[in-house]
Amino acid sequence: MLTVKNVNTFYGQLHALKNVSLHLKKGEIVTLIGANGAGKSTLINTISGLTPPRTGSILLDGFAIEKLPPHRIVELGISQVPEGRQIFNTLSVKENLELGAFLYLRKKGGRRLYEEMVEKIFHLFPVLRERCHQPAGTLSGGEQQMLAIGRALMARPQILLLDEPSMGLAPLIVKEIFSVIHALARQGGTTILLVEQNAKAALRIADRGYVLETGKVIMEGEALELMENKEVKRAYLGRDRKDIWER
Amino acid sequence: MKKTDQILFFAFSVCILFLPLILKESYILHVFVFIGINTMLAIALNLLLGYAGQISLGQGALYGLGAYISAILSAKYGVNPWLGMGVSAVIVSAVAFIVGFPILKLRGHYLAMATLGLGIILYIIFNETVDWTGGPSGFPGIPNLKLGSLTFDNDVANFYLVWFFALITMFLALNLYQSRIGRALRAVSDSEVAARIMGVDAWLLKVKIFAASAFISSLAGSLYAHTVTFIAPASFGFNFSVELLTMVVVGGLGSVFGSFLGAAILTLLPEWLRVFHDFDIVIYGLLLILIMMFMPRGLAGLVSHLKAKVYVESK
Repeated sequence: MLTVKNVNTFYGQLHALKNVSLHLKKGEIVTLIGANGAGKSTLINTISGLTPPRTGSILLDGFAIEKLPPHRIVELGISQVPEGRQIFNTLSVKENLELGAFLYLRKKGGRRLYEEMVEKIFHLFPVLRERCHQPAGTLSGGEQQMLAIGRALMARPQILLLDEPSMGLAPLIVKEIFSVIHALARQGGTTILLVEQNAKAALRIADRGYVLETGKVIMEGEALELMENKEVKRAYLGRDRKDIWER
Repeated sequence: MKKTDQILFFAFSVCILFLPLILKESYILHVFVFIGINTMLAIALNLLLGYAGQISLGQGALYGLGAYISAILSAKYGVNPWLGMGVSAVIVSAVAFIVGFPILKLRGHYLAMATLGLGIILYIIFNETVDWTGGPSGFPGIPNLKLGSLTFDNDVANFYLVWFFALITMFLALNLYQSRIGRALRAVSDSEVAARIMGVDAWLLKVKIFAASAFISSLAGSLYAHTVTFIAPASFGFNFSVELLTMVVVGGLGSVFGSFLGAAILTLLPEWLRVFHDFDIVIYGLLLILIMMFMPRGLAGLVSHLKAKVYVESK
């Protein structure tokens, strides 16, 4: 449903993405793994239009979107949960969610749709309902991440781009958030592109994965395959103590 | 608009309505005319700075541009002052809209520099185009506004004239804050990147609010020109832009009533401090420093802080 073809993105002189290609099929969870500075976030931002590619194409259901501004891309159904959450600290939780509905709120029937969506998000993350009128900046890290995901879902995306949702969170919270992401794809039919440093957790819920290194895709395959791959294991999953023992 | 804001606005409007009956034809009523004008200007800047988080150091010049266009149209070409006021507001906001596209791509210090540059360029134009503006010696003989047989040439009439516009500005700004666009502006202020991926066209939105801010500033400028009947470039220079910035920050970023408080205090303070003769400017500066030290969120911030305290203690 989304095809990225030979994309090259630059930051000034810096060549951040080099001929990157990838595709997402409907309802799939695809994960991007790689070290810091590999270009994972750049790829996400390139798809969502924040850092448009210099060359290459991005097709959504066959329709070229690589030259569109971010607000048009959201309208077409691609939402992003940005790195570091980037929630609106001074706005209340409810107001944050209303911004997720920014594009359809003014349309006819938008208000009703919005109410429906808010209920869904509160159902998904009950803690947000309790915190409804609190300034979002006062939430805990985990709650902020839930809000960031909820806010992106408010836009009713077909494709959700998640940039390091586990960053700086306690393991238990990470588990909870990953199970929600899993459910979104499996039950909700949302297509998900998941960028993670926590490769193990990401590969566990993903269908497929891509490995990025210095702006290039160096490997791709089924999640299970990648998990078993020696190179991936060495570089991203961490050597098991058991493996050393056996050697 | 929030319920508390509605009540507050209504009470505030009633107070304003009866103020001239209490103050009569006094000097303080005369000062209140300027508080009204400054309230409009502070709110105009607050839309940018408090709502959208974008700084402008050229507000004084946009205010001046409105005043000069109004003055030239009415005094030189005999255009009806009301019409002139509308025309200048449209021209000034169009200028802001066009200039806004390149400069609102900038952020932080760079935006401050660019708006400062805009202010300086306009200030030079006011000074140098002597045939049009009268240059540094000023522009005299601007006609008063008239409504039927009523001429706005005394303090009571001017008070109601200016506050009519100031209250409308306050009402619209209060409504904007809680609206879909108001939320988008505040979102841009919090995190521009996040606002953009929510579907907000941040650049266009900033340009539009800059134009709206210019529109209000221009109206304030026209009101100033027609009530004082004499204008000179010195009123619209960099110093005044900074004074407006101070009003907004002292009053409280993003607060409409705060903008009024800031405008009122910064207009009244120099009057009150006159008893200190030569030391007035020192005390003025000292007071501003103290306000910023002990009320970093401005006077409006202090009010909400006290409210929260009372609320906690009553529990």
